[in-house]
Amino acid sequence: MKNKVVSILFAGVGGQGILKASEICGVAAMLAGYEVKKSEIRGISQRFGSVESHLRYGKEVYSPIIPLGKADFLVCLHKEEEQRFINYLGKKGINLTSFLDLSSKNLENPRLLNTFMLGVLSSYLKLREKYWIKSIELNFPEKYIEMNLQAFKLGRKLAKKEKHTFKS
Amino acid sequence: MKKLLLGNEALAQGAYEAGLKVACSYPGTPATEILEYLARFPDVDCQWSTNEKVAFEVALAGAIAGARSLFAAKHVGLNVASDPLMTSAYLGVNAGFLIVSCDDPGLHSSQNEQDNRFYALFAKIPLLEPSSPKEAKDFAKEAFKISEKFDIPVMIRMTTRVSHSKEVIAIDKRKIVKEKNFKPDFEKYVMIPRNAMKRHEVLESKLRKLKAFSEKTKLNRIELNERSLGFITSGVSYLYAKEMFPEASFLKLGLSFPLPEKKIREFSSEVEKLIVLEELEPFLELQIRALGIEVEGKHPSFRVGELKPEYIKLILAGKPKPKLEKKARKPSLCPGCPYRPVFWILKKLNLLVAGDIGCYTLASLPRLSSLHTCLCMGASISFHEGFRRVLKGKDVVAVIGDSTFIHSGIPALINSVYNRARGLIIILDNETTAMTGFQDHPGTGKTIKAEPTRKLQLEEICRACGVKFIDVLDPYRDLKKLEELIKLRLRQDELSVIIVRRKCQLLSRKSKPKPLYLKENCKKCYLCLEIDCPALRKDANGFIEIDESLCVGCYLCVEVCKFNALIKNEEQSC
Repeated sequence: MKNKVVSILFAGVGGQGILKASEICGVAAMLAGYEVKKSEIRGISQRFGSVESHLRYGKEVYSPIIPLGKADFLVCLHKEEEQRFINYLGKKGINLTSFLDLSSKNLENPRLLNTFMLGVLSSYLKLREKYWIKSIELNFPEKYIEMNLQAFKLGRKLAKKEKHTFKS
Repeated sequence: MKKLLLGNEALAQGAYEAGLKVACSYPGTPATEILEYLARFPDVDCQWSTNEKVAFEVALAGAIAGARSLFAAKHVGLNVASDPLMTSAYLGVNAGFLIVSCDDPGLHSSQNEQDNRFYALFAKIPLLEPSSPKEAKDFAKEAFKISEKFDIPVMIRMTTRVSHSKEVIAIDKRKIVKEKNFKPDFEKYVMIPRNAMKRHEVLESKLRKLKAFSEKTKLNRIELNERSLGFITSGVSYLYAKEMFPEASFLKLGLSFPLPEKKIREFSSEVEKLIVLEELEPFLELQIRALGIEVEGKHPSFRVGELKPEYIKLILAGKPKPKLEKKARKPSLCPGCPYRPVFWILKKLNLLVAGDIGCYTLASLPRLSSLHTCLCMGASISFHEGFRRVLKGKDVVAVIGDSTFIHSGIPALINSVYNRARGLIIILDNETTAMTGFQDHPGTGKTIKAEPTRKLQLEEICRACGVKFIDVLDPYRDLKKLEELIKLRLRQDELSVIIVRRKCQLLSRKSKPKPLYLKENCKKCYLCLEIDCPALRKDANGFIEIDESLCVGCYLCVEVCKFNALIKNEEQSC
C-alpha cells in the first residue's frame, strides 16, 4: 500500500491558538494509530507575530516540515496571513481560509475560532469523530471542554452543509 | 504508554529513563522545555541556574560526584558556559554527563545562528546529532553510555526543528542506576598546568578510541539503495533528504564527531554522486574534504538560514539559495506590557538606548523604535559604559530585564561603578522570565519546582554594587513621575538605577474596560499609534479602532492623546 501522508499547515497570529489547534489534530491522529510529526515555532513570535505549525500524519512520515507545494490543507486563522502560506498548498490542496467568513457569522466567541476551524478541517479528513472529541477532552481543562466541543461540532456541521467550491 | 512529545521532552524523557539525577539550565528558546519537563520528576534534582556557566559547572560537578547529570542550553548559552566546557574534557566525568545544545538555524528566537557542532570539535568531545524526537530519546540513553565508557562529556546537538517537533513517543520505565564512587584525584580534577598537560594526552588517546568506536557504532549507518546518488547527512537534514529522495543511498551520521573515516570511504566508493547535506556551516564537509575524500557540498548561500526540503534539488544542482519569501508579521510588546510606557518615554526624550535580550528587545522595532543595540545577555550595561566614553554629551541609557540582569548584568554594573561611570540604567522588572515562557529566577523567590526560596532583592544588589541613586516605580501608576525622574537622573553627575517594577501582563491578567474613543475630538494625528499597541489601529476612514478582545485598559494611549479623543473608562471598573 502506498504510504499516504496527510499534511496540514496551520497559520495565524500569536494568541489565536494555532499550536493548540495543531496539537488537537495531532493527538487525534495519534489516537487513530498514525505516526505523527508536528513542527512548531515558539518564542518571539508568540507576541502577536506570525505563528505557523506543520502537522503531518500517515503510516510513515519523514520530514517534520511540509515541503513547499505539498500541503493538503491550509488552515489559516487570520486573513492577512493567508498569502504567505498559499504556495505551500499542493495542486489538489484545499484552502480552508474562506471558512473564516462563516465563523464570523456563526461563532459568538472569537476565542473559539481554532476549535471551530478544526471542526471544518475534520469534515475533510478520514479521522473518526470520536478521536477528535477525545483529543479535545485531553487538551483543555475541564471547564473549557464543553464550549470547545460545541465550537468544533458547529464548524464540522456547517462545513458539511456549505457546498463551498474551493480553488487554491 | 504513548505520548505526543516535543523533541526536547523526548530527550528529557530518555535521560530520565537512563537514570538522570541532576539537571541544570538557564531558560532560552529553543532549549527551555528540557528542564521544564524534568522538573516534574521528584527523583531528578533540577535547577534554573543564574546563568549557563553556573548551570554547566553545577551539573558537571554532579557527574564527577557520581550521578548521571545533564546541562542544557540554547546555542548562545553554551558560549556563556564555554569556559568550563573547554576544560571539562580534560577532567572527564566519572558518571555520565550530557551537554545538550539547542541551536536555532533560521533565528526563530535568537541573536545569531552559530553552528555549535564546532564546539564539539573545539572542546574535543563526542557529538551526537538526533534527527527526530524519537532519536533524541534514544540518543540520550546512548550518550550516557558513551560518556561513561570513555569518561568524557558528550554533546547532543539539537536544532529548532528537532527540539520543537513533536512525535509519538513510547514511555518506558526508569532504569535504576547506582551512583559511582567519588574519590578526590589530584591529577584528574585539579587543572594546574602539570596535570592539564597529562590530561590533554589522556584526552587525545580517548579521541583515538572514540574514532574507532565511531566506525562500528550503529549510530552511524549506511543505507544502500540506488547507487546513482548518495547523501552523507545528519540531524534533521537526513529526514528532509529522505522525504525528497527516498530512493537514494545514505550515510546517516548519528555520531558526527569524531567521524568514521573508513565508513565514509566505504560509502563514497559505493555511490556515483556523493553529496554532503547539512544545515548551516559545512561542518561535515570540511572534515571530509580534509580526509582527502571527494564530495560535493552546498552553495555557500545555504550557510544562511534554515535548510528546507525543497532546497535539496537546488543544492544537488550546485545552485544558490532562492530569495527569501515574504516577510512575516512583526511581533510587538503585548497590550498592557509594563515596558511600553518606559520605551514611550525614552522615545519622547530621544535618548540613545543600549538594549539587552528579552521581550523588550521588541521595542527596537517600529513604531516604538526606541532601543538601539542588542548583542548578547548582559551587554546593555557594558555598552552603556562604552558609549559614554566616546559619545560625550549624548544621553545614553541602558535597559535590562530582571532575569537578564541577574544572569550577567551584575558584573557589568559593578564594573560601571568601579570605573566611575555616570548615567542611567533602567532595570525592567516584570518579575518573571517572560520571553521564554515565565520561568522563575532568583528574583521571584521560587525554584523551578515551585519551592519557596530566599528572594533576591534587585535594589539591594544595586546598592551593594555601589549605585548611589536607586528608585523603584510602577510604570503605569507613576508614569509622569518616571519621566521626570529619568530627566533628573540624566542631569546628575552620578550613576543611577531605576527599577521599573510591574508584573508581566500575561501573568497578572489585570484589566480595566477599554478607553472611550470620542471621534469628534480626534485630529487624526496618530500619536496614539506611536506606542505600537496591538489593540489600536486605523479604521477605513482613518479613525482609531480599539480591539476589545486585545485591550486590557492600560490607558497609555489615553496618556499619549493630546486632544482628549481617548479617555479613561473607569466608571465601569469593577
